Amino acid sequence: MSTYRIQGATGDWEVVIGLEIHAQVTSNSKLFSGSATAFGAEPNTQVSLIDAAMPGMLPVPNRECIRQAVRTGMAIDAQINKWSRFDRKNYFYADLPQGYQISQLYHPLVGEGSITIEADEKAGIPEDKVIGIERIHVEQDAGKLMHDQHPTMSYVDLNRSGVALMEIVSRPDMRSPAEAGAYVSKLRTILRYVGSCDGNMDQGSMRCDVNVSVRKPGDEFGTRTETKNVNSVRFVMQTIEHEANRQVDVLEGGGKIVQETRLFDPNTGTTRSMRSKEDAHDYRYFPDPDLLPLELDDAFLEDCRASLPELPDAKRARYVGELGLSAYNAAVLTADVDTARWFEVLLGKAAAAQGKQPADVAKQAANWLISEFFGALNKLGKALDTSPVSQGQAAELLALVGKGTISGSIAKQVLEIMLETGDDAGAIVEREGLKQESDTGAIEAKVDEILAANGDKVAQYKDGKVALFGFFVGQTMKAMQGKANPQVVNEILKAKLG
Amino acid sequence: MSEITDLGVAAIRDGVAAGTFSAVEVAEAFNANVAAAQGALNAFIVATPDHAIEAAKAVDAKRAAGETLGAMAGVPIGMKDLFATTGVQTTAASHILEGFVPQYESTVSQKLWDAGAGLLGKLNLDQFAMGSSNESSHFGSVVSPWRRPGSNAPLTAGGSSGGSSAAIAARLAPAATGTDTGGSIRQPAAYTGTTGIKPTYGRCSRWGVVAYASSLDQAGAMGRDVTDCAIMLESMAGFDPKDATSLELPVPNWTAALVGDLKGKKVGIPKEYRVEGMPAEIEAIWEQGIAWLKDAGAEVVEVSLPHTQYALATYYIIAPAEASSNLARYDGVRYGLRDLPDGAGLQDMYAATRADGFGPEVKRRILIGTYVLSAGFYDAYYTKAQKVRALISQDFAKAFEQVDVLLTPTAPSAAFALGESNEDPIAMYLNDVFTVPASLAGLPAMSVPAGLDAQGLPLGLQIIGRPLDEQGVLNAGLAIEGRAGFTAKPGKWW
Repeated sequence: MSTYRIQGATGDWEVVIGLEIHAQVTSNSKLFSGSATAFGAEPNTQVSLIDAAMPGMLPVPNRECIRQAVRTGMAIDAQINKWSRFDRKNYFYADLPQGYQISQLYHPLVGEGSITIEADEKAGIPEDKVIGIERIHVEQDAGKLMHDQHPTMSYVDLNRSGVALMEIVSRPDMRSPAEAGAYVSKLRTILRYVGSCDGNMDQGSMRCDVNVSVRKPGDEFGTRTETKNVNSVRFVMQTIEHEANRQVDVLEGGGKIVQETRLFDPNTGTTRSMRSKEDAHDYRYFPDPDLLPLELDDAFLEDCRASLPELPDAKRARYVGELGLSAYNAAVLTADVDTARWFEVLLGKAAAAQGKQPADVAKQAANWLISEFFGALNKLGKALDTSPVSQGQAAELLALVGKGTISGSIAKQVLEIMLETGDDAGAIVEREGLKQESDTGAIEAKVDEILAANGDKVAQYKDGKVALFGFFVGQTMKAMQGKANPQVVNEILKAKLG
Repeated sequence: MSEITDLGVAAIRDGVAAGTFSAVEVAEAFNANVAAAQGALNAFIVATPDHAIEAAKAVDAKRAAGETLGAMAGVPIGMKDLFATTGVQTTAASHILEGFVPQYESTVSQKLWDAGAGLLGKLNLDQFAMGSSNESSHFGSVVSPWRRPGSNAPLTAGGSSGGSSAAIAARLAPAATGTDTGGSIRQPAAYTGTTGIKPTYGRCSRWGVVAYASSLDQAGAMGRDVTDCAIMLESMAGFDPKDATSLELPVPNWTAALVGDLKGKKVGIPKEYRVEGMPAEIEAIWEQGIAWLKDAGAEVVEVSLPHTQYALATYYIIAPAEASSNLARYDGVRYGLRDLPDGAGLQDMYAATRADGFGPEVKRRILIGTYVLSAGFYDAYYTKAQKVRALISQDFAKAFEQVDVLLTPTAPSAAFALGESNEDPIAMYLNDVFTVPASLAGLPAMSVPAGLDAQGLPLGLQIIGRPLDEQGVLNAGLAIEGRAGFTAKPGKWW
């Protein structure tokens, strides 16, 4: 149970949140035409006769878009409707060439499903929570108006006109900005795993309509407002915060919440009214007579299911159960599909390089990736996909540590050199003479020198000041220029100090 | 030999193939007729004599080279101005598309050109195919070549494919394309003593045809006789991956299987089509048709289509609903007319453009359609109409368990005078009473000329068939044609 509350003058208020997320389907062509869909192309270069709604043009559903939406539905354990239908949503706007958007109101492709957001104490999510998803339907995107090209006229870019969107509609199951943020992130993770949407919110591939209402805990749902086209996780959370507080202020001031559409202003973090219910369009939905009902056969569904990758929840469980990773590490590595992929390639190569099973090197690889490598990449302003160190090179480095050739601290130095030069770890160790000393005789000689030179400290140690052990280790390592095998140093010191 | 322009599709094609005359001679003859009649009949919105000549030259060259000729080789035709034609203005007889020249060719017209046909011009029609008299065209009404004896009163050539029917009847074209949404091929054919067939919904691609009501619109062939229609329809039909409602089925060789012998066939006479106040002449021609089909060997039985009385109301909900949405794209933004008054914003531009660009009948149907789809009325009108539509289809399905084809009059009267019915839109809608049910059920149906009324005006009979049974329809049509011996043609006054 979320404990997030707005503290009003009349007591605590609970916030109720539902999200409608428009996710652009990854596909080379549009939902009903063969036009390309690349982001950032010159205006009106990806427009077919159909997208421009020329007289007599007809839509034909693109199988790939339907397939991606079905796969997405399967990934959230949703009911897939083998019979669905397209409806026309009628309204006039200059970015809508047909004068209607082809969407699915009455019979969506995907029905009830759910996704689980993970417990996050710090964010105020005490336990895992299941968020219901009401439906996913597919629809066309509109074009884009450009108001800055001419002093008195607006220009229209139809590149986006007809691009396939999935509208993913949640139940009003979220109770805090953090839950909503976690839901959007998780959904984005799933979409990227499935490959049905690239999840690039800054490019508009994912946009959220945020429905917010407030109520006294235990009361009926209050009247909601819908804030349109919010395009980052942070903005979604800001929208909710602002909107919930605004609603509480209105209600406590004796006012009423009007069901309306609002806009989020990222510059101020506030929302403002766009249009009220009274001005709402009458969209005159009706089944698109240009399109037959969409009927999916079992073979198609089977193919969709078979093409699904391992999904984040399953992967996370496997990392903990089979690879023995900590829950934290497993969560970090599975949060993004690219990270998980990189890790799994690394794991395979690291195991091979050390002649071990993946499960035996998984902790080492995960720890190194999370606590060493991410930080190092971050400093360089790079990410995994632009990493100057390949998984093969990283596996070699891990093997050098695993076999005791270099110590963990030397490995840090080696990594830095690798990132700088792109050279292989083995070559660097060789060149720089960083190989670890495991020769007992050489270490013993140094230990004897140090103990002899620090007779007072030896006496104190023997009197019970055992914390001095670290001092002797440090001195020995220093004398060995950091290259002594720490385990051997420990053993010798323990034996000599008795 | 009779004049070339008295010949139909089969005779022209065979004559060109045999070298009796060249395709260019044919095109020139029809081009001349088109030009001579334009002022009086107004059948064409645009004449394209050069296109006709060029296509003819190509056919003549092919023949000279000994190449195989297509099924329509050397036949110049008229194209209803609802079909997009590359480089030739396509208007749907509207002001809003006046001057619109497509960069693309409709599937149906392309198939006809591929079969060797040539384009005489774009034929007049009711604006956006909405009408039964051709009076809603922005480019003026088509005038029928037929007249009442002793009267110069201009008569309607029917609608919406009135340019097509008039052109064929007046020998301006041997054949023409039409489109049929609620009777727009069959009624004009009946009014002009010509033959027209609307195939099963989905036989002909709608790609590149300006949409009126998508779930009803279907292209078809119009010509002098049943055989010509069969030849032409074969060239027009076929699966088109660009139209999601197109039927993925091979096109039968209807022409080869044409036979007027109906032995073993059963013909149904729907009793609900005996509407109150039906003129005696219509009743009589229907009886005559029954006798002809019996003579051809068919057994004739009465059948019932109990929901017939709701068909017209159903049609005038569904068709306008779809039209109100289909015509939303004509907004002045991307092509066609744009009225941009000084200082106008987007909404003003929409209002001005559409107010100026659409005629009254089109506006009426957009308003009706918008109303029946609006919140609070949708279920009472649109949903209900769809249910009734399903019942009407079931009526036909039941009847076709019993019989092979149905025989009815095509229209409740002969052609009326221009201006006679256009005061009362409901009276105008009643013209479609016999044709609309088959449209709602998506069935193949045709009109064949059966005789003349007391005033010497043509009357037609309608044959309705099972889904995909164009052959049965054509054969019954052929049986009537052979017995009716309809040879009347309008006296030339233009």
